[in-house]
Amino acid sequence: MSNKVLMKGNEAIAEAAIKSGCLYFFGYPITPQTEISEYMAKRMPKVGGLCLQAESEVAAINMLMGASAAGSRAMTSSSSPGISLKSEGISYIAGCDLPCLIVNVQRGGPGLGGIQPSQSDYYQATRGVGHGDLRILVLAPSSVQEMASLTAEAFDLADEYRMPAMLLADGALGQMMEPVDFSVFPKRELAPKTWATNGLKNHEGKKNIINSLFIDPNELENSVIERYKRYDIVEEKEVRYEEYLTDDADIVLVAFGITARICKSAVTELRNQGIKAGLLRPVTLWPYPKKIISKLADHAKAFISVEMSMGQMVDDVRLAVNGKRPVYFFGRTGGIIPSVEEVICETTKISETL
Amino acid sequence: MTTRIIFAGSGGQGIQFSGKQMAKTGMHVGMNVTFLPSYGPEMRGGTSNCTVVISDEEIGSPSTNTPDLLVVMNKPSFDKFEPKVAPGGIIFCDSTLIDKKSERTDIKAVYIPATELASDNDLGGFANVIILGQIIKQTGIFDFEEFKEYLLSNIPATKTALIEKNEKALLLGYGY
Repeated sequence: MSNKVLMKGNEAIAEAAIKSGCLYFFGYPITPQTEISEYMAKRMPKVGGLCLQAESEVAAINMLMGASAAGSRAMTSSSSPGISLKSEGISYIAGCDLPCLIVNVQRGGPGLGGIQPSQSDYYQATRGVGHGDLRILVLAPSSVQEMASLTAEAFDLADEYRMPAMLLADGALGQMMEPVDFSVFPKRELAPKTWATNGLKNHEGKKNIINSLFIDPNELENSVIERYKRYDIVEEKEVRYEEYLTDDADIVLVAFGITARICKSAVTELRNQGIKAGLLRPVTLWPYPKKIISKLADHAKAFISVEMSMGQMVDDVRLAVNGKRPVYFFGRTGGIIPSVEEVICETTKISETL
Repeated sequence: MTTRIIFAGSGGQGIQFSGKQMAKTGMHVGMNVTFLPSYGPEMRGGTSNCTVVISDEEIGSPSTNTPDLLVVMNKPSFDKFEPKVAPGGIIFCDSTLIDKKSERTDIKAVYIPATELASDNDLGGFANVIILGQIIKQTGIFDFEEFKEYLLSNIPATKTALIEKNEKALLLGYGY
């Protein structure tokens, strides 16, 4: 037998974070991600780390900013309504060029919404996670194994580019159990955090200042432009995606996270029925895999974005396809996971019009 | 070969335990598995269900609308899931708690008075394990000895009473 253990997605995130050297966890309970806090509360003291249940999500994100500024690997986790509360802090962290991990195990919204799985925070994660000109890395796992491996990768990416990373999961991935192997994660070579505000003795008496306030607009513009140069490198180097039977596909389904797995089952069945379907699964939602979608639009006749929302990622598919081919949308929302049969039915309908 | 199983009943009947045990054993014998529980208020009583997928191929969807196997331990679960069983599938009913019979001719129905068997044999709370024994017998999805040994090995060795009861319940279900 291998090194596999059967674990909940939420637990896999927590264990992977600890194995990646995360020493500080700041959280506040909310379904469906509370197992992360629970696991951290049990494990962190044993590895010399800290798990702190803050008085609110706002407090937790600001504690995270402090830990990160001091050069520590740190994270917070929440679910949709809680991420909205963290929004201000995320913007400050981005403005301060600090690395950290924020986990969003999405549930249905808006408002308090529901507690069942959803992907309706796509816009929030990729567009409006905080005020100002900013980007954060957004990684979308689709298995419990990836809940772990992408947690490790997100910490490394955040450190390498000095920016917040978000793991965008959903309630189904958080709650489901699957075998996971922790022995296989690659690690990046990372530069020491010479910018950390961890005491003068650690940087030869030179003052490190971490700040997001620039009263002079020229100074602020320059700081934003400098940050966007880094974003350009991320877009060039860090795009990740998975392709399934796209080479000769007439119709390409685009889906991430748990929805991508449903689409994969649907694609296999559609192929059995003689419909040339394929699947493109973005693993990074920012940076978005737009080049490959644009390339697929050279031969694929149509695209369908399948999501657990009213249609959010479909905008990015349309931007990437750029009018070359029709782009359709199918989704369920409010906490309902689309079924394989529904996806097959929608794809068949669209393929008949091609 | 992919087997999709829904376990459904009331909170406290060991629905989640049964599902987890099937998934764990699947992983133990080298299959791909997923276990998707219902979560939220169900955890505090009320209806409880979970979906287990066991496959020798990569598993796409961890949920299903058309299970190959269905285990139901209360009437609302029977009403909700019985129509959904895939043709050729098997439904396992705890007939102590469900007085209905399936009228479908395209599925096999197995009625086992698991709750009654449990109380008659000083196995209160082990009706779910009795049904697990019957599932292994009807489907042959796992080797019975291997399934039993693995289940028992997951119980701390100091809890001898618990080991004995699980073994007795499994044998009772397998022999029914």
